[in-house]
Amino acid sequence: MKGFKVINPGMHSLLQDKGRMGYHSLGITSGGAFDQYSFGWANRLCHNLDNAGCIEILVGGLILEAQVTTQIAITGADVPIKINDSTVENWCTHNIQAGDKIAFGYATAGCRAYLAVAGGIQAPLIFNSLSTVVRESLGGLTKLGTPLEKGDVLACSSNSHSTERSVPAKYHCEFDTDIAEIRMVTGYQYEQFSQQQISQFFATDYVISSNSDRMGYRLEGPAIELPGCEMLSEGISLGAVQLPADGMPIILLCDRQTIGGYPKLGSVFSQDIAKLAQMMPGKKLRFKPFSIQQAQRVLQESTSK
Amino acid sequence: MSIEFPKVVVASENSTIVYFSERPCRQTSDQIDYTANALRVKLGEDLIDLIPSYHSLLVIYNPLSIGYQKIEQEIRDTIGRWKANNQPQQSRIVELPVYYSPESGPDLQRIADHSGLSIDQVIELHQQTEYTVYAMGFAPGFAYLGEVDELIAMPRLATPRHNVPQGAVAIADRQTAIYPSQSPGGWNLVGLCPLSLFNADKRPHSPMQVGDKLRFKSIDRDEFIQLGGSDKKLTGEIT
Repeated sequence: MKGFKVINPGMHSLLQDKGRMGYHSLGITSGGAFDQYSFGWANRLCHNLDNAGCIEILVGGLILEAQVTTQIAITGADVPIKINDSTVENWCTHNIQAGDKIAFGYATAGCRAYLAVAGGIQAPLIFNSLSTVVRESLGGLTKLGTPLEKGDVLACSSNSHSTERSVPAKYHCEFDTDIAEIRMVTGYQYEQFSQQQISQFFATDYVISSNSDRMGYRLEGPAIELPGCEMLSEGISLGAVQLPADGMPIILLCDRQTIGGYPKLGSVFSQDIAKLAQMMPGKKLRFKPFSIQQAQRVLQESTSK
Repeated sequence: MSIEFPKVVVASENSTIVYFSERPCRQTSDQIDYTANALRVKLGEDLIDLIPSYHSLLVIYNPLSIGYQKIEQEIRDTIGRWKANNQPQQSRIVELPVYYSPESGPDLQRIADHSGLSIDQVIELHQQTEYTVYAMGFAPGFAYLGEVDELIAMPRLATPRHNVPQGAVAIADRQTAIYPSQSPGGWNLVGLCPLSLFNADKRPHSPMQVGDKLRFKSIDRDEFIQLGGSDKKLTGEIT
């Protein structure tokens, strides 16, 4: 089947959808688009189903050649994009002719861009999802968790051109320049930490370590002393903030292991996980406590808008 | 300070974790199994996923269709019904063949030295125990089995191996497991299982599931090869 041919995969480009759900008890993680906000907009722009397959482009460098006539949409990081010789905008749709070349430069703010194609990118599903999880060797074009490679063809249908659409600027990602505020729903072993440990945690400006990826973000800052509770391995939710023996927090993200045995303070609010997806190592963040009541109210309000 | 069980605690904006007891035991495993099955039926589409583990169950739900208070109530009601019901569930017993030998289990000698037992005694103690599948995680199909006889409990390697072969049977403290795919790992290797332990394309994806009982059956080198084991794993051609 025709579609888009990968001329250059760039730094690290992955096929993703909303993720793999319902198989955690086999040890299979969710995977899925890291920045679900930008991913959602890319599909909405193309009038796709909300779970349609997209490309998650880390930093940039991806070059594609169209073999079909269709419409695409690009959202997420601020990244220069060229279609043939013209520079084009992000957060909007573009009509594409067979033979067109789409080339990504490198992100100037944020670090993950999303490319959706009208009708979605087609790939074999494994455990009901095409999401690529490199660590588990699952998903993607090969079903074996491989990132996009030169010569791959991303199958999609031909679509007639339609009126170009764009996302109003007020809904574009904001890339925090100084210190990002990350809301964390308090939970898990939170009550077992002392007041002093908790105050220190919320007062610290953490730096995202270079040893961070879709599995987890390691944070650097003053070590927190751990509560003396004995732990048995237990289920890990998306965004869980765990404190391993060295006292440096790790935020467990879309490619996380499904169970683990370190104490956790709670889990990052999903809207702020999208924010983390756009933060490179070296960026700073500070946690803010968020109650389950607040979190669920905000989720309800955002969908009813 | 005593803690009241079951303990129902918020884990994230869309998940709640239930602790059933202080330590894992037969009754806890039964309760987890019962609660997981009952919640699947009761919650239907509101339920996204479940992660059972040693003494807990993580319940992941759709917060747009059901709130955390309702979830907590459903969980408590379900566990309450188990008490009234109180029939121990019948566990499945799974038997898996293992070729135990220094060539397939390079850490047998280490464990023998550590425990003061012979290699044969280490093997005997490992295969005579009936294990419980407490959790699956770390990698697809990786089952955490307990508990290993304390005589052969062995701490993890100080430096993990870069490559542990698929099918490697291993011990870490009082836990044992089989590596379902080739991966790095720091557990002590005692043998090789010739069977496939995770298959993404075929059901069942794994020969075991959380709550099953598991026994290892010692086989020799010829049986290992006959059952599909690769002798390349023995000669180190596949690490």
